[in-house]
Amino acid sequence: MTNIEAIGHQLAEAVKGYSADYIEARLEESQRSHITYLGRELESVGQATAVGGNVRALVRGGWGFVSFDSLSDLPSRIELAVKQARLVGKEESKLAPVEPIVDIVSAEIDKNPLTMPLAEKKQLLDEYNALIWRTPKLQTSIIAYGDSHKKVIFLSSLGSYIEQERSDVILRLTAIAAEGSEVQQVGLSLGSRGDFSSIQGLHQQVEQMAKHAVELLSAPQVKGGEYTVVLDPVLAGVFVHEAFGHLSEADFVYENDRLRQIMVLGKKFGSSKLNIVDSAAIPGLRGSYKYDDEGVPATKTYLIKEGELVGRLHSRETAAKMKEKPTGNARAINYRYPPIVRMTNTYIEPGSASFEEIIGDIKEGVYAKNWFGGTTSMEMFTFSAGEAYMIRHGKLAEALRPVVLTGNVFTTLNNIDAIGNDLEMNQGGGCGKGGQAPLPVSNGSPHIRIRNCLVGGR
Amino acid sequence: MENILAQAKRAAEEAEVFMVSAEETPVQFETNRLKHIQSKQSTSAALRIVRQGRLGYASTTEPNDIQNLVDNAVATAQFGMPPRFELPSPVSYPQIEVFDPDIESISIEKMIELGEELIAMVTSHTPDIVCEAVVTKGTISFQIINSRGGQANYRKSIFGLGIEGSLIRGTDMLFVGESQSSCHPLTQPKTVAEAVIQQLELAKNRASAPTKQLPVIFTPWGVASALIPSLMVAFNGKTVLEGASPIGNRLGQQVFDPKLWLWDDPTIAYRPNSRPCDDEGIPSQRTPLIEQGAVANFLYDLQTAALAHTKSTGNGSRGGGLPAPSPSALIIAPGKTTLDEMVNDIKEGLIIEQLMGAEQGNILGGDFSGNVLLGYKVESGKIVGRVKDTMVSGNVYQVLKQITAIGSEARWVGGFVHTPHIYCPSLSVASK
Repeated sequence: MTNIEAIGHQLAEAVKGYSADYIEARLEESQRSHITYLGRELESVGQATAVGGNVRALVRGGWGFVSFDSLSDLPSRIELAVKQARLVGKEESKLAPVEPIVDIVSAEIDKNPLTMPLAEKKQLLDEYNALIWRTPKLQTSIIAYGDSHKKVIFLSSLGSYIEQERSDVILRLTAIAAEGSEVQQVGLSLGSRGDFSSIQGLHQQVEQMAKHAVELLSAPQVKGGEYTVVLDPVLAGVFVHEAFGHLSEADFVYENDRLRQIMVLGKKFGSSKLNIVDSAAIPGLRGSYKYDDEGVPATKTYLIKEGELVGRLHSRETAAKMKEKPTGNARAINYRYPPIVRMTNTYIEPGSASFEEIIGDIKEGVYAKNWFGGTTSMEMFTFSAGEAYMIRHGKLAEALRPVVLTGNVFTTLNNIDAIGNDLEMNQGGGCGKGGQAPLPVSNGSPHIRIRNCLVGGR
Repeated sequence: MENILAQAKRAAEEAEVFMVSAEETPVQFETNRLKHIQSKQSTSAALRIVRQGRLGYASTTEPNDIQNLVDNAVATAQFGMPPRFELPSPVSYPQIEVFDPDIESISIEKMIELGEELIAMVTSHTPDIVCEAVVTKGTISFQIINSRGGQANYRKSIFGLGIEGSLIRGTDMLFVGESQSSCHPLTQPKTVAEAVIQQLELAKNRASAPTKQLPVIFTPWGVASALIPSLMVAFNGKTVLEGASPIGNRLGQQVFDPKLWLWDDPTIAYRPNSRPCDDEGIPSQRTPLIEQGAVANFLYDLQTAALAHTKSTGNGSRGGGLPAPSPSALIIAPGKTTLDEMVNDIKEGLIIEQLMGAEQGNILGGDFSGNVLLGYKVESGKIVGRVKDTMVSGNVYQVLKQITAIGSEARWVGGFVHTPHIYCPSLSVASK
């Protein structure tokens, strides 16, 4: 594989010699492997390597970006990026100031899963698949395992030179049950920063998942309408990501006057019990890093504190234009894309309520568990639960078909009236934005209760 | 490429090399003005081998590092599935035009101009709308060679024009948008702008939806967001083979309304999803999926077809791993009813343009449930305004079993679906 360090050092000198307000480059080398099972059999196993890079230039507020797999003739790539930026730029370049950083961050906390023999990975997946297939009435199953290790060099005309390594492991299992023309599925998603042991020992959960898929065949569908809904930590994590996280990404807001008025700091979004945080600075989670893809150190950012909007996520440009501090949230999924404002590890801080207290006084409600998906349009969001149960007279009752929940961010956060004491971070998710998906993130929350939540149904 | 094949053949019984090179130039506008010009070059080579009777697979962005690529493929081959198919021998391919050299003569300055024109048309209709737009051009070349002498190569040009606008009043947000793509340069932003302006007009007034069963018209975008995801999974030969498709054992049977016709078609000239062959080198063909409401075929790649004891339909597609069946372009035949006639027929109902989150439910079972991101209320034969805070839920198999009418005009949406409006008698609507 090409040695990107040598090229990086040459490039670090080269980017200083152009007439642009700012130039940065990233070089990346990565290895990935995947194993997938469809039904009883291992269906696909493969390995991939990639090497490439990009140059991004800023001239009078306009950006040029050039990405490439071929690492030859880099000066012409820089020239092209500068030329493009010049075509765009008509105003003043604004970037929040940062100190130049020279650092090498080895993947000490990460284990490189690529060095583990494929046979060992297969062994674990075989065990899980055997468990799934012990379940009667199961129609089929899908197991998708993937891991990756990458090294990224970031350098800029400011004199920054940062090498970072990271590993990632992801496992998705789906059990599909069928009877007649009825088909139901239940999934389980897990991930880690390269630590394979985080996906070991899940035998009981896997077995439970398969059984639940079969149970759903005879489960009723909820009647559509408004309910008091209790979300488990996994689904509440997806909820906070979709319902509020995206709205706090400053690139949606910074040049949009109307949105800036809506998202003014100090605005009340929820009760004084509600605290929402995004932090890449927590070590060891899938959204964690030391520096973002603009070379800005990671921070812990309160988005909502005691119910009030107190912060948002920034790139250097959005921070400068909103006259706020950069938060180190500019991320790119790989070298083919420029960094954009993204979440990292986003969570609701724990409160004091126990699960029993949360559901105790609900006469009729829905308990929604486990992640299936979620999306947002800023104002409106939807997210779907992998599992759902009716709550009747303060107790969990019959299982329901999976439910889709929807809401309006300006009312729904206010309707959260109980926050549990049991924060859990979910590592199995990925986030998509601007064509860049899935970006490793984690979401978390304790159990939460939402009044008047709209649930789709028959 | 020949070198990769030659070296792979020394380590394996069979081998196939698939190579894609692309150049893409997106010109991006934010907040109604030019923001970002990008230029993206990529090259990747994928190697599939059969070694000691098992499949191995590896890919790289460094095709010159042949040894590494071959070693990686060999390492995976000890665990791979036994191939049930044979790689294609030399065949002749249909002539399908997907490259227009005019793309290359469109300068970046011209692309900037197109984007600015597009935004100007929309903002002159609604001055306080904030638009993001993208004008993209690109060329992609595909090459396949295999150890049985099979080989294919072709070049494709792609041009795209898209805009998304947001209109914010208080905390009320309206999102509108339209995009078009072609292998030809698209130099008439007017057709894109007009679609957005029509959405803005229809959404001017607000209307409220009740919580009950209502008749619903899905617009072409609505069909693509609510109904297509389930059909894509159900007609996938792999889903069928696993017994997870609700229509898998109903070939030839009447499952849908007799007015419904659906096919997969990669042979239409100058469409971005068209191609002379699929990613395994199998010649492209038009495959009927629903004929007069009856299930006609499923979509297959080589391996899935062999396991199902049938033939590949030329739908082998690569998404970063081994080929898998995937539709190229889904076409729903137009019917006889105009949109005006449908609207006139409705006493109280909805028109759905965008259903957010519809693909998050149990799409295998055909269930969909989503928030109406863009949709309109119909009262006594007239569109009265936009609905919000409304969920629509249904099941694709129930919805398409009894269709009231199919629209007489079809259009492309999202680049790979060509569909008319579809008018359904009754769906579950829940609203605040």
